[in-house]
Amino acid sequence: MSNIAAVAIAGVMMVALTFYVLFAGADFGGGVWDFFARGERQKAQRDLISSAIAPIWEANHVWLILVIVLLFTCFPVVFSTIAISLHIPLTLMLIGIVLRGSAFIFRSYGGDTNETQLRWGRVFAIASIVTPVLLGMCVGAIATGIEQATYAGSFVDHFIRPWLTLFGFGIGLFALALFSFLAAVYLTVEAHGTELQEDFRTRALWAAGAVFVIAFGVLALSMTEAPMVRGALMEGPWALPFHIVTGIAAVTAIAALWTRHFRFARVAAAAQVTFILWGWAAAQYPYLLPPSLTIDGSAAPARTLVLVLWTLALGACVLFPSLYYLFRVFKLQGRG
Amino acid sequence: MPDLLAARSQMGVSLAFHIIFAVIGIGLPALMVIAELWWRRTGDAVYLELAKRWSRGAAILFAVGAVSGTVLSFELGLLWPEFMKQAGPIIGMPFSLEGFAFFTEAIFLGIYLYGWNRISARAHILSGVVVAVSGAISGVTVVIANAWMNTPRGFTLVDGKFTNIDPVAAMMTPAAFPQCLHMTIAAYAATGFAVAGIHAVMLLREPKNAFHRRALAIALLVGAPAALIQPLSGDISARYVAQQQPIKLAAMEGQFETERGAPLRIGGIPSETERKTKYALEVPHGLSFLATHELNAEIKGLNDFPVDEWPPVAIVHFSFQIMVAIGTFMALVALIALVFIWRKRDIVSTPWLLKAIALCAPMGFIAIEAGWMVTEIGRQPWVIYGILRTSDAVTPMPGLVVPFLTFTLLYVFLGVIVAVLLYHQVLRSPREVPSA
Repeated sequence: MSNIAAVAIAGVMMVALTFYVLFAGADFGGGVWDFFARGERQKAQRDLISSAIAPIWEANHVWLILVIVLLFTCFPVVFSTIAISLHIPLTLMLIGIVLRGSAFIFRSYGGDTNETQLRWGRVFAIASIVTPVLLGMCVGAIATGIEQATYAGSFVDHFIRPWLTLFGFGIGLFALALFSFLAAVYLTVEAHGTELQEDFRTRALWAAGAVFVIAFGVLALSMTEAPMVRGALMEGPWALPFHIVTGIAAVTAIAALWTRHFRFARVAAAAQVTFILWGWAAAQYPYLLPPSLTIDGSAAPARTLVLVLWTLALGACVLFPSLYYLFRVFKLQGRG
Repeated sequence: MPDLLAARSQMGVSLAFHIIFAVIGIGLPALMVIAELWWRRTGDAVYLELAKRWSRGAAILFAVGAVSGTVLSFELGLLWPEFMKQAGPIIGMPFSLEGFAFFTEAIFLGIYLYGWNRISARAHILSGVVVAVSGAISGVTVVIANAWMNTPRGFTLVDGKFTNIDPVAAMMTPAAFPQCLHMTIAAYAATGFAVAGIHAVMLLREPKNAFHRRALAIALLVGAPAALIQPLSGDISARYVAQQQPIKLAAMEGQFETERGAPLRIGGIPSETERKTKYALEVPHGLSFLATHELNAEIKGLNDFPVDEWPPVAIVHFSFQIMVAIGTFMALVALIALVFIWRKRDIVSTPWLLKAIALCAPMGFIAIEAGWMVTEIGRQPWVIYGILRTSDAVTPMPGLVVPFLTFTLLYVFLGVIVAVLLYHQVLRSPREVPSA
């Protein structure tokens, strides 16, 4: 691979996607647990989720925009191919994003009556469940591979078949389970009081189980549906080390939850999800969009790439101190 | 509905919806910071109430603006994949900068909204300032990307493909300065007058209400100077359009014949089939003067261009007339209001002025929408002026009427809810505020 700038930017996109999953993913997961709030503490559960998400979800959301901007600036062919073939799931996902964000803010400021709060809470929760599934389906479609085409053939071939697969749906469910798992683990740390903490500990353990089951289901499906990624995941040079570290992180997270070392569980869960994402990236490398678009082959001219790298470097100097400040004020100082 | 029309309609609806939130996202943080600053200086609780309410308004509007902006960033590809495939590497720079500005805005808005009791007064005000500034920078960078579509620069065109790309030169495109200037000022004028106008309505009912009085004062402080200087930036924009996009100027003015000493047309109905603009009030030499600052300068008419490169003339002309008429009216109201403030006369005890300000509340936004219709429809049939036709950029995906209607309904629904929420959270008279 000659094009170091392109690989570097693809790496930055992957970092941004990882942050999106670790932070915004957990915000979606919060919505899932809002939906499943049960028992005598359901109001306390919802309030905890809401106060955990409120100050940070807007910032977390921007990681996705960064990924998209980098994609269309630096790998425009990949962006346009994805945008054409995945028009339908992306549009549905956008509707989910719009409804989730709006409903969350409408609930926070919708004010007076309990009834309207519940109604917007419902919209928020349902959109939080549907959106990650659609996001996962898009990722599944990318991993399976999309051919550039002339789009002369049938509607189903070009606009449905690339994404509406059992494997894609499996990845969608996997994303949902991962997001829910992250959220529950984070909430064990942020909860006031043992009872609430125990609620989310139980949920985190259930979600960890779901992640485990779905992961094997998806792997089985990938045999027939995403042979390239599956091949790399099973036989690639990095396959075994990745499986081992991911497995260690997963077991550590569950053990830490079991023994109630919640802060430790938070780190392990984040590590587990990070390894899963980078395992996918490594399996797909050097392809950005299989089966034909590589990072090198789809990259924008060098001048653009170098400028974008400078912009990213400068932007990072503003972004990371700001993010650190945000999380220090709301997450590290303890809850006020 | 043909797919191209559906795609253009969906893009239009998405932009028209988002722009309202983007504009308030630029203007409202400024109001909120001023109110907090005055509260910290005077200790007057009414200013604190205002700062809190405006920040709640900013929170609601920013959230809807953020998600509708996300939709747009995807729609660039969902609707215009061929455009993004070609233009992405050239205009990605301003979008990348926008990404970071947007990040900063989101982070510090979170800190501002939820940090009242967690950080120092100075840090809190500074966070508000960062929100206001990064909001304005976000707007500027996105407008730069749009400016490039009007005056594409920074590449060599070889066989219809962009080569020798220079993204910095692309950002320095001639349309960037006039468009950014005009839009940024518009954001402050529209937001300032929207807020001022709504409180003016309240003051007509309860003239002694201190909350509405102070809200009016701060809103006019931001909105009136902006509205007053906007015609000057409009003049800069008009001269740039005359120079760079003569066909757009011809459509804006309903100018079919190429002529020296072209008249300025006020009103009138352009007919593309008859190739003339009828029933207009014509000011002799007016257009030549405004477009070039010379009375007898030649203005190119639509007849000099092939018909398949004409934008829809009537819509562009009407939109332009609406924008200019509103801009003139708002500048006049701003002037009167500023004279009142200068002479320390009470605006609140002058009902006709309150009514005029109230009238301006929706007008800034109507002018902004109309102005963007001039920019966007006036650029048709091109998505990249003179280079890529909109019809060649559209997605091959059929049935685009479905997403168009879906997003339209979704946005109408959200718009109604936002309006109701803003009334309850921001505008309604507080229950317990001392009278002035």
